[in-house]
Amino acid sequence: MDSIRHWMLGPQGSAHANDVDVLYMFLVWLSVFFFALIVFLTVYFAWKYRRTKEGVLTPNISHNLALELLWSVIPLIIVMGIFFWGFNDYVRASVAPNDAIEIHVTAKKWLWTFEYADGTRTIGNLHVPVNRPVRLILTSEDVLHDFYIPSMRQKNDVIPGRFVELTFTPTVAGRHQVFCAEYCGKSHSDMMANLFVDSPEVYQKWLEEGDPELQTMPPVEVGKMVYENKGCNSCHSIDGSRNTGPSFKGLYGRVEKFTDGSSITVDENYIMESINNPQAKIVAGYEPVMPTFQGLLRTPELRGIIAYIKELK
Amino acid sequence: MADTITATHISGHADHHDVDYLHDGKGLKSWLTTVDHKRIGVMYLWSILFMFFLGGVFAMLIRLELLTPKQTIMSAETYNKVFTLHGAIMVFLFIIPSVPAALANFVLPLMLGAKDVAFPKLNLFSWYIYMAGAFIAIAAMVTGGVDTGWTFYTPYSTTTDGSVALMTFAAFVLGFSSILTGVNFVATIHNLRAPGMGWFDMPLFCWGIYSTALIQVLATPVLAITLLLLIMERTFGIGIFDPKLGGDPVLFQHFFWFYSHPAVYIMILPGMAIISEIIPTFSQKTIFGYRAIAFSSVAIALVSFIVWGHHMFTSGQSQLASAIFSFITFFVAVPSAIKTFNWIVTMYKGSVAFNAPMLYALSFLLLFGIGGLTGIFLGAVSVDIHLHDTYFVVAHFHYVMMGSTVIAFLGGLHYWWPKMFGRMYNESAARVSCALVFIGFNTTFLPQFVLGSRGMPRRYYNYLPEFQFLHQLSTVGSWILGLGFLIMAGYLFASLRKKMDAPANPWHSRTLEWQTASPPITHNFHEIPTIGGGPYDYYRPVGKGRNA
Repeated sequence: MDSIRHWMLGPQGSAHANDVDVLYMFLVWLSVFFFALIVFLTVYFAWKYRRTKEGVLTPNISHNLALELLWSVIPLIIVMGIFFWGFNDYVRASVAPNDAIEIHVTAKKWLWTFEYADGTRTIGNLHVPVNRPVRLILTSEDVLHDFYIPSMRQKNDVIPGRFVELTFTPTVAGRHQVFCAEYCGKSHSDMMANLFVDSPEVYQKWLEEGDPELQTMPPVEVGKMVYENKGCNSCHSIDGSRNTGPSFKGLYGRVEKFTDGSSITVDENYIMESINNPQAKIVAGYEPVMPTFQGLLRTPELRGIIAYIKELK
Repeated sequence: MADTITATHISGHADHHDVDYLHDGKGLKSWLTTVDHKRIGVMYLWSILFMFFLGGVFAMLIRLELLTPKQTIMSAETYNKVFTLHGAIMVFLFIIPSVPAALANFVLPLMLGAKDVAFPKLNLFSWYIYMAGAFIAIAAMVTGGVDTGWTFYTPYSTTTDGSVALMTFAAFVLGFSSILTGVNFVATIHNLRAPGMGWFDMPLFCWGIYSTALIQVLATPVLAITLLLLIMERTFGIGIFDPKLGGDPVLFQHFFWFYSHPAVYIMILPGMAIISEIIPTFSQKTIFGYRAIAFSSVAIALVSFIVWGHHMFTSGQSQLASAIFSFITFFVAVPSAIKTFNWIVTMYKGSVAFNAPMLYALSFLLLFGIGGLTGIFLGAVSVDIHLHDTYFVVAHFHYVMMGSTVIAFLGGLHYWWPKMFGRMYNESAARVSCALVFIGFNTTFLPQFVLGSRGMPRRYYNYLPEFQFLHQLSTVGSWILGLGFLIMAGYLFASLRKKMDAPANPWHSRTLEWQTASPPITHNFHEIPTIGGGPYDYYRPVGKGRNA
């Protein structure tokens, strides 16, 4: 029995997936029963009453109220039961518990971006801890997409200009497939993502250190990614032009004058301080508007952004 | 009293009296200016069969491309256009007009004992509108094509390249053809029933077509308005559906399905209507539960207007809305079950013959069974969330649209072919072809249920290797299906080259269209038939019932 279920529905990733599968398999067997009934009656009547003689008259059986009520009321009762069953599972699976981890998901042709509460952003890879409810808050930057995790039996359209949510509680660690299920053009069928369900330790380690790629990537490239993904680029230029904050171009080794009259030659410690405690020293001519990034950057990312700034001569 | 038959002689039209409609007037002009419902029905028939061929070629291309993941024969852009055109052609240019505009146009007035439809010129006009829509659609195909899917979901459809505005305009124009046909049939059924024919003396086909016509008249204008809004947004940048312009993309889906769900019943009800004719005729038996079947058609038509939200369980509509739509949707199951059991029980103590039309009707019972039962999966919200936009849905609606409606259409085509063209086709070839279509269809679409429940999304050009075996099975099925259709085209065309050999009533039916010559004369009947009794009185000897 379970092998039939597995063949039809694939792996399960949550308790809700099992609920859906139980109803699905109930419907399969119900359908098999009624289909067998239809086939049997059709074949039996057609063959038993096959024409053996031309031009015969047949009995006038116009209707039978009891019989017709029977095959109206029985299906009605069955489908009402199925309605409540499906509705009940749906409602339970739609409501996120209070302790759910919230992750923002942004869809755009043709990739998925994930953003965590600590500012971590990833593209195409979603990491979540096992056995913790997850609440995804999704939006699209262009057309309709649909975030579909078959193993969680969950999907929802992702709509531009609106947030929708999708909840699941993964119980099976490992990689799970994510598809885009709403047609979105040329690379719709390649708009996939990986859902990694990690043990709590692995998840914590991932949150602190990021993707393993981060460890092997040259620090300058990590820094460039941080510069583009964490919002540095909205205030600091890399070509020397003036913006809300000083440009990164030629910053390392430069002598900066501050509003209190002091000055310093920019080094690693100054950059680190400016990221973690930006109000400590304000460069003359700029407003004190930068928010702190204390705790939002991992050590390799901090190292990366420093290496990147050093590179921008 | 109910059994008496009287006849009123029609006088003053002696010149038309003995010429069949095919020979009453020669040359292209006599066809293009005809107001004879039979000729218009035949013109519709060739038009929609051409479109069926075109849509079928696109279907074969889709299946061929899916033989392997990534590129097999075409690029992703081409594939997206091909599946869009397959859907748009099959829905708007083939299935919707197939039974009503082609077959019912021909047989409905005959069944009612009428000389024509209520508005013959409007009938011809609707064909011209159809042709105009078809040409605009073809123009859209050759001037860039369309890659939105037949559903034209916004904001993709308002931002993509290609001839989207032209294609939606084609659907807009075709809608008017559909509305006019509907209006015509409603008026015809109300006013042109033969003397003595009450509503419950009509063949059930007329009930099915009546229910369909009501939906055509009431729902199609909504599609027209929606498509017009889409064209306005796309062409003039008026913000209605695109959030960048201040619009709401989900609103488009509400509008679209408000028409397109009832449209599903525009497609299936006529199929059911045909089955209600074929089964009593080939069982030589009174239909079981006449009123239940008639009222089921009307009930399905009414309920069809308030279930559109079941296409949108994952669209972001409120959970309450989803729950209500799911609840109402299940009520469609009941009239469908009633009809199915009534058809089956009609054979009980009958005299069942297995000619080609009956083989199609029996195929219908099985395929509609699968199509209907898998609909229950999709009605249950929690299961639908998983199955929505996967191949399960693709398989389900092909079982209903093709396995049921198209199979019923083919049954109707084989049933009325001798009446329409006065010729019998090769029965053995027809049986072989029916069997191939049945086997090919199931081989194509049964694997798609499993593809879908395993998570394979629809409209995918590329797919994961684990899905390849089932895709290949499906593609092989499409070849068997194609072969079945080739054989069918062969023997049907071959029959047209014969001289006329069909008797007036080859299947010994009791309904009125068989009580006149094959093919019928231009005015259908020499004498206006007057009716007593029901259309399926197979318990009385011929001549003692309603028809001499």
